[in-house]
Amino acid sequence: MNEKPEKLIDKKGIRLDGRKADELRPVKLEVGVLANADGSAYIEHGKNKILAGVFGPREMHPKHLSLPDRMVIRCRYHMAPFSVQERKSPAPSRREVELSKVIRESLEPSVFLELYPRTGIDVFIEVLQADGGTRCASITAASLAIADAGIPMRDLVVACAAGKIDDTVVLDLFDAEDKLGAADVPLAIMPNLNAVTLLQMDGILTPEEFETAVNMATEGCKKIYALQKEALKTKYMITKEEAEEE
Amino acid sequence: MKVMPTFFEKKQLVTPGELLAEGDYMAGENTYLEEKKVYAARVGLADVDNKKVNVVALRAFYIPKMGDIVIGTITEVGFNGWSVDIKAPYTALLRASDVLSRPFKPQNDELSQVLNAGDLIVAKIASYDRAHDPQLTVGEPGLGKITRGQLMRVTPTKIPRVIGRKGSMISMIKQETSCQIILGLNGVILVTGKTPEDEELAMTAIRKIEEESHTSGLTDRITQLLKEEKTKREENKVE
Amino acid sequence: MSSLVTRVRFKQIEQMIEKGKRLDGRGLADYREIKVEQGLIERAEGSARVLLGKTEVLVGIKVETGTPFPDTPNEGVQTVNAELVPLASASFEPGPPDENSIELARIVDRGIRESKAIDTGKLCIEPGKKVFVVFVDVYVLNHDGNLIDASAIAAVSALMNTKMPNYEIEDGEVKIKTGYTPLPMKNHPITVTIGKIGSNLIVDPWLEEEQVMDSRISMAINDDGNICAMQKGGSGYFTPQQVLEASKLVQEKAAELRKKLGW
Repeated sequence: MNEKPEKLIDKKGIRLDGRKADELRPVKLEVGVLANADGSAYIEHGKNKILAGVFGPREMHPKHLSLPDRMVIRCRYHMAPFSVQERKSPAPSRREVELSKVIRESLEPSVFLELYPRTGIDVFIEVLQADGGTRCASITAASLAIADAGIPMRDLVVACAAGKIDDTVVLDLFDAEDKLGAADVPLAIMPNLNAVTLLQMDGILTPEEFETAVNMATEGCKKIYALQKEALKTKYMITKEEAEEE
Repeated sequence: MKVMPTFFEKKQLVTPGELLAEGDYMAGENTYLEEKKVYAARVGLADVDNKKVNVVALRAFYIPKMGDIVIGTITEVGFNGWSVDIKAPYTALLRASDVLSRPFKPQNDELSQVLNAGDLIVAKIASYDRAHDPQLTVGEPGLGKITRGQLMRVTPTKIPRVIGRKGSMISMIKQETSCQIILGLNGVILVTGKTPEDEELAMTAIRKIEEESHTSGLTDRITQLLKEEKTKREENKVE
Repeated sequence: MSSLVTRVRFKQIEQMIEKGKRLDGRGLADYREIKVEQGLIERAEGSARVLLGKTEVLVGIKVETGTPFPDTPNEGVQTVNAELVPLASASFEPGPPDENSIELARIVDRGIRESKAIDTGKLCIEPGKKVFVVFVDVYVLNHDGNLIDASAIAAVSALMNTKMPNYEIEDGEVKIKTGYTPLPMKNHPITVTIGKIGSNLIVDPWLEEEQVMDSRISMAINDDGNICAMQKGGSGYFTPQQVLEASKLVQEKAAELRKKLGW
């Protein structure tokens, strides 16, 4: 159908979507978008459109899934059938199951689990449209949703990927670059505590390239982190300003 | 000894993970200490009180405390008591022996006749700890089944503001609207008035308090709001 | 956390409805505010989002090629699926579709199918061998009552937003060319759901009312004002008079909605 492009990044260092090697796709964040969830957030990262909803802390059903001394996090990463080029069956795929796990593990270190034993929080991620880097965008949104639910956290978790296309290490790969490129390194971090909570890689990189990729991804994360804080403050700031005007 | 600074302005809006202070400070509400640094743990307004850094959370859920008055809904009738939803991470339990004024006989007493799923109660937290679900009691005056009124919910952290200093805010609202108002510390509020309009008025006032809880001069503004609304209603009636 | 309607609230809703009013200020025959947005998912061939009060439903349409059913060798295929995703309500659990999501999908499907909304005759590529398959995926994003009407309207709106890729047959293979054509449609059904509380009929029940009502009836009305699909739900009942009363009410509301949506 589509012909494979000759180069993913041209001589002038411009990528297929017009970006430079170290440029992030545009990111838009909104907090508190779902009326029924205890906490929620919506992210548009490039063409990715992802909703995250959080319920809890609440008692777990079945009870035997809960732990006596801490809270349990359950996470479901799920893609809508119309989110990808070829319609995807709504049943969970092996990829979705793996992503649900790594996303959960990226969020766990950020929450004070010991505070509420015998309870659980459910994190539901729905990808409405996908264009590469959905696990990173999902983590960014899910972390905001957890904060929106009023659950005590050590820090927000923010995620971004770096990788290699042709021979260049680049930031934030979109779908075509991910599929046709040489490597993809998604990374999630709690910026104030300097703690990496998700790190994966597929492809081939030299140790130097890997270091460049990690630094690049971390820098990308910091930029998105600023947007996360903005989104949280925007939701809670409006009423404060209105009141002060009186 | 050098006094280390705090990194925020009074009542600044902070997000989880933000560094609030370094050095000789203590971690207060909704904050935590890591290697001599105090960080925010929830979204809220930061403040420091005598070396203790606090964050007044703008969004939090209720955690039971002994002695708290709460309003809950019966969700299940069990063998020797009821499960109660008190809008907290834990389901509360109300024992039959607490409600019945005589010894409980499982064969003879039909618990659903006393309280059934869907009933509302005002109760007190009798006990709670990390290993056990909260236990409720209705064995005091003013507690028990609710049969009328309208329920509303506010973030639990705002309840003290609805009460006001020495109860000044809530007394004023009760007076101006002629409503009975029970404030559950779990964020559930019961408003019982002579007419639905009176109840609506009280609820509007409380909602406004929730939105503007961190501002000053609130009591006066709410008093004014209530007086204005009542005047409007009088004028509409006359027409 | 339980979304149980308390006994006190139950009574309040019943009493208000006896007086002809509802707790959100609506009359018994009033719809909540409805907003429709199309084309928000570019990856899908068509999409639409409906906000009915606080109920939010997103529908995405994917058009692919496939084999026709043996009894309709020259017609395209329509298939509707509904997901009650857990973030839409504390009462939705993750997992395979339960009876509620299957019923929802089949009601939406029936309205579209029976009214012949999609002109399936025009979706044939190679008779008996290859046709277009239209996947309608209903995604409930927030449940605040009346998922049926919100989903049905979102589905038809998404179909109206759908563009199919142009193609040509080369050596028996389907080759996609540039350009798009709108999905051929013959009708635009509107579904109206009526709930029953006591002996009163209410239009567009909201979440708490759904817990108080004993039954509901949904009807799909096509462009000519004829009924093309119907479903009674809930464990209560309607008298024959109530059914006819509901039918008249549905006709009225469908005409109103049709005008409002501009269909």
